[in-house]
Amino acid sequence: MYSDNILGFETIEKNLKAMAFKRLIYSFISILAILFLLSSGLTIAEENNAGSFQRGLSKFFDYPVDLFKEAFESGWRWYAYVFKYLPDLISTINMAFFSTLFGAIFALLLSLFASKNLIKNQYIVTLSRRTMDILRSFPELVIAMIFLYLMGKSELPAVIAIVIHTAGALGKLFSEAIENADNKPIEGLQSCGASWWQRVRFAVIPQVVPLFISYTLLRLEINVRASTILGFVGAGGIGEALSTVIQFRYGDEIIAIMFLLVITIISLDYFSRFLRGRLIGDNK
Amino acid sequence: MEQVLNQNVIDAVDLKHKKHIKILIITGFVFLVYLIGSILHFDLPNLAKKWNKDRASMFMLDIYAHKDHIKMNWKDPQKIDLRFEGGHRHVYKDDPTWLIRNKNNQSTIVNFDNGGQFVFFPNRVEMRNFPNINEPFIFKLNKNGKPYVDGYVGKESMLPSWMRATENKVEVRPSLYERLQVYGSKVEVHRYELGWKYFWFDFDSPLVGKGFFDAISLMFNEDRVDPKISNFNLVVNEFLENEIWHHNTVLFAMVETLLMAILGTLIASMVGLPLAFLAAYNVTPLSSIRFFLRRLFDMLRGIDMLIWSLIFLRAFGPGLFTGIFAIAFTDTGTLGKLMSEAIENTDKKDKEGIQSTGANKVLQHRFGIIPQILPIFISQSLYYLESNTRAAVIIGAMGAGGIGLHFLGALMTGNDFENVAYMAILVLVAVMCIDTMSAKLRRLLIGIEDKK
Repeated sequence: MYSDNILGFETIEKNLKAMAFKRLIYSFISILAILFLLSSGLTIAEENNAGSFQRGLSKFFDYPVDLFKEAFESGWRWYAYVFKYLPDLISTINMAFFSTLFGAIFALLLSLFASKNLIKNQYIVTLSRRTMDILRSFPELVIAMIFLYLMGKSELPAVIAIVIHTAGALGKLFSEAIENADNKPIEGLQSCGASWWQRVRFAVIPQVVPLFISYTLLRLEINVRASTILGFVGAGGIGEALSTVIQFRYGDEIIAIMFLLVITIISLDYFSRFLRGRLIGDNK
Repeated sequence: MEQVLNQNVIDAVDLKHKKHIKILIITGFVFLVYLIGSILHFDLPNLAKKWNKDRASMFMLDIYAHKDHIKMNWKDPQKIDLRFEGGHRHVYKDDPTWLIRNKNNQSTIVNFDNGGQFVFFPNRVEMRNFPNINEPFIFKLNKNGKPYVDGYVGKESMLPSWMRATENKVEVRPSLYERLQVYGSKVEVHRYELGWKYFWFDFDSPLVGKGFFDAISLMFNEDRVDPKISNFNLVVNEFLENEIWHHNTVLFAMVETLLMAILGTLIASMVGLPLAFLAAYNVTPLSSIRFFLRRLFDMLRGIDMLIWSLIFLRAFGPGLFTGIFAIAFTDTGTLGKLMSEAIENTDKKDKEGIQSTGANKVLQHRFGIIPQILPIFISQSLYYLESNTRAAVIIGAMGAGGIGLHFLGALMTGNDFENVAYMAILVLVAVMCIDTMSAKLRRLLIGIEDKK
């Protein structure tokens, strides 16, 4: 690039300044773009929203305050509501747990075929990756609503929808974990004449199992939220109970269900972080 | 000595191995029992039975085909009513080529592509020439005004499986693509054809029948179809104002959903990052602020997006703000927590190096911490943008508007499955676009080495 091998201080300084200037320009442009996006987007939102932003802001606390007021007025009865909706909550968690487990099994099978270091055939790898991409792309709700329409209201359509999405999402993470696994144990076993399955069993699986379990736990957390939402559109469980009490405007019961949900999500979060920390060994 | 030691080690390893195997078998067994129990609980073996076959086949058919309704009232047999998908306003003005009116014997012939014909007469309907059906069937009304199949009165069980005669209705469906319903008052024929007809332009439009490439070439053609406006505007207007596919509503709803996701993530990351600094122990010495912010993040995250969207729905009504704020609130918590952990994990040597030059606190953070966390911040924000695109569809269906609500509406009306499929494909394409774009952007901004 330069005729001289040794650059003078001035050249270095000049280059540095030019680079800094370029970066400044880039940052400036991106900040402008972000601000433009933000302002124009919020303008569109203001124009098309049912109520205006300011009115909404003033009303923001009205609803929660009303709900809490009603909950306090109901007194001791409120605690009974918490227990009343416990079975619904358990059914939702069970739905999420089962679909996560089932989806993880599918994801495991798919990911084995989507890993370059296990399958040498490029076409199989690409095919299974595209399959996972498509499975992952649909939001659960879209699949669940179509299946709910076709199969009638029950938990099964929601389970299918979550299984499909989980298989795609976990499959990708699983196959990335397999591809990032250390190649040396595999080669070592291969040099001893181990078969494909023996290599997978003794060289790959011990490396990836902790990661797999931690990803699955993370997914379980997401799926509990998802199955609540799917309940809202008719798949049963606590979501459906919530949608019913919202329609009837039973403030105290709404608070009871929200309380159950928040407690579940937070405790699941802590529990899964604790387990993941123990599994991977970097407890944060 | 050595021998003994080895034996001991082997025994110990063996014991541990056996213990592991035992635990593994027990856990495996528990999971298996749970799996079988749950499969029975969720009724998976009866999957096929639960399937509403009629609905499913209609759904599938509607997705890749469209139908024309041909209706004749027994009272006024000369007036044949022709509608696209049976819509109120979608009446054909001119006869299509497959419909032949015979003035001589007052009959009307509906031709199908496989050679079959339904022929309307003032007093009967005939079914002819369908492949693999040798016998011509004739449908008439009896004295009481009830429909019947000629020659099969009292012998309804002898009818072929694709024909069903009840007291008030005779239903004939030789294959998926032809359907005849005879009632006491009217006769209705559904004629299916493959494809999404009128997808580009509906049939009141001056451009009806033009495909995508025709329309593109017309856009840049100088000869105006409508002298008042340019061809480019005409094509765009006619496309957007398609009454059957509602492109303007659907596409705007899609934009709304994307805006919810993008603005929500943007606000979350812009609010979350400063808060994350305040919640990190190596930046903020005051433990009370840190504790407060940590609990705030937990609260924002723990109250699910569903609950946030319900609360905002009450405040702002259905619309973009609900979606934007539900996403922004939840993800401020998530991103704030993630980023504060990332800030705490930064290498403190960088910061000390800056400090040694005599820089003040702000400059120390700017040059000692931000360069370290920026790649994590960008990649996490982009990941959340991806997942929020899906979330925005879901919040939309809960009532916040956008494509989710339109999707739910189209599904619930139950006869516009092609619109359902159209929106599902649109969502799929949008999600894939956002995924690809964010992957590209991530690689561009933080370099290849991040991609393992």
